[in-house]
Amino acid sequence: MSKEEKKVNRRDFLFTASYTIGAVGVGAVIWPMIDQMNPDKAQQALATTEVDISSIEPGKSITVLWRGKPIFIKKRTSEEIAEARAVKLDDLPDPQKDEDRVKDGKDEWLVMLGVCTHLGCVPLKDKGDFNGWFCPCHGSHYDVSGRIRKGPAPTNMEIPKFEFVDSNTIKIG
Amino acid sequence: MSEHEYVPKSKAGKWFNDRLPLLTLGAHLTDYPTPKNLNYWWTFGGILTFCLITQIVTGIVLAMHYVAHADLAFASVEHIMRDVNYGWLIRYIHSNGASMFFLAVYIHIFRSLFYGSYKSPREVIWIIGLMIYLLMMAAAFMGYVLPWGQMSFWGATVITNLFSAIPLVGDSITTWLWGAYSVDNPTLNRFFSLHYLIPFLILGLVVLHIWALHVPGNNNPVGIDIKKPSKDTVPFHPYITIKDAFALLVFMIIFAGFVFFTPNVLGHSDNYIPANPLVTPAHIVPEWYLLPFYAILRSVPDKLGGVILMFGAIFILFVLPWLDTSKVRSAVFRPIYRQFYWIFVLDVLMLGYVGAMPAEGIYLVLARVGTIYYFAHFIIVMPIVGLLEKTDPIPMSISEPVLTGGAEPSLARKVNDKV
Repeated sequence: MSKEEKKVNRRDFLFTASYTIGAVGVGAVIWPMIDQMNPDKAQQALATTEVDISSIEPGKSITVLWRGKPIFIKKRTSEEIAEARAVKLDDLPDPQKDEDRVKDGKDEWLVMLGVCTHLGCVPLKDKGDFNGWFCPCHGSHYDVSGRIRKGPAPTNMEIPKFEFVDSNTIKIG
Repeated sequence: MSEHEYVPKSKAGKWFNDRLPLLTLGAHLTDYPTPKNLNYWWTFGGILTFCLITQIVTGIVLAMHYVAHADLAFASVEHIMRDVNYGWLIRYIHSNGASMFFLAVYIHIFRSLFYGSYKSPREVIWIIGLMIYLLMMAAAFMGYVLPWGQMSFWGATVITNLFSAIPLVGDSITTWLWGAYSVDNPTLNRFFSLHYLIPFLILGLVVLHIWALHVPGNNNPVGIDIKKPSKDTVPFHPYITIKDAFALLVFMIIFAGFVFFTPNVLGHSDNYIPANPLVTPAHIVPEWYLLPFYAILRSVPDKLGGVILMFGAIFILFVLPWLDTSKVRSAVFRPIYRQFYWIFVLDVLMLGYVGAMPAEGIYLVLARVGTIYYFAHFIIVMPIVGLLEKTDPIPMSISEPVLTGGAEPSLARKVNDKV
């Protein structure tokens, strides 16, 4: 091959420019094809749910559906709260204080995503070795604060964004 | 190659073949020189082709009656079962057909493992085959979701949640796969679309699989290279076609046995309960053909670790041709490897069994031992046995041990001869 080919010439410039524009064009077309699979406007519109919690007795819980997922709303007894707070943080695979999982002054209300953080099953209430929840799929045990204690799940059950609209109503999302 | 000399007899045939050499291809497939000693383990390629076509045909028909919507899917499947003419038959063929497809593919894969069909020069055939196997698992999983029963819903939830184990982007990927914040109608819709697409991708890969096969030609039970065509080969048609057809008939009898006598035995009764996002069934089990991998997933007490090992169990097969250091293909002449091979078969069967059992006590111990052995077989046993093993003498050709009444030392190759 001759030396001349090593020099950058007009043809090299045209090749590079064509490939670059081509790549930008392909990228611009691929992104909508990928993004169309993300949650659509109708799914996003389901983002908040208001729940009446006035009829829940202490020690009992209800399950509501939010964004297709169960939300556990539990009114805990003072013994249960004391039990959750007596746990040493060193004993937790995912250390988190019970105080950080509830709203200040509303310590009895545990509102959390009823979804096992392992592979997404719904844990059963009042089961397992820690007085809380037990996931039947792969055997994760959660305590009365919804924190992972034993089993394959990596983290505590998630606390969704929620607020008290008034003393009898909470808004999730 | 002989097919290049093929000339159609008729004038019209010659005219067409000059423009598109389809008749040449047909002649190649008919005359294709095949080792004359192929046993019945070699008939599963044909059986698998039958399975794929059966799934495509029954699937297209079912799609004419099925409704891919979370509110309607379950009822539309019952509609197929009760109202559609022969709907029950077509659906039972399709659902049992998936199991028969996997039964055949596992026999096909283990045949390849025994006779060293994945080894040089057939690595690309092996890798394309594994890609087909991966697509089959994806298609089977998505197909199982479509009836929108309890097992459909929670199987979909567990499998899609595997992706949430990926650090940083896991949750975004899972939401993207769902098209919602949980498994929901958008998920069902896209699974239907992909379930319809994948069989045609498989069909394309099957063409490449056969094309790649026809370059070196078939391996054979003796595992030696043969001259083609020669006294060691027979034309594909009629010799292999008739043998394949007989094996296929036997296979279809077993298939029909499932369809007509125990159509639900391989499924799970919980899938006749409509999907309920608030209640997880007490025992989630995948279909039988995924159980060994499920056992591997559950044997690891760490989410990401379990997912990595489960996918690793499949992806390690892709490098198998380079992990196996033996120069001898067929396990017939490998006395040590042959024993490890059967231990491996038992190991996979045991993993399948414990995958169906609760992940606790003795089952968890067995799953862990089985998982360790599964990987040790590929990473430790195959490279080391291949280097140390003293293999048995290999015949010079397929015909010789037969014609001389046994493996005479003078006719046998030396152990270290390249085969």
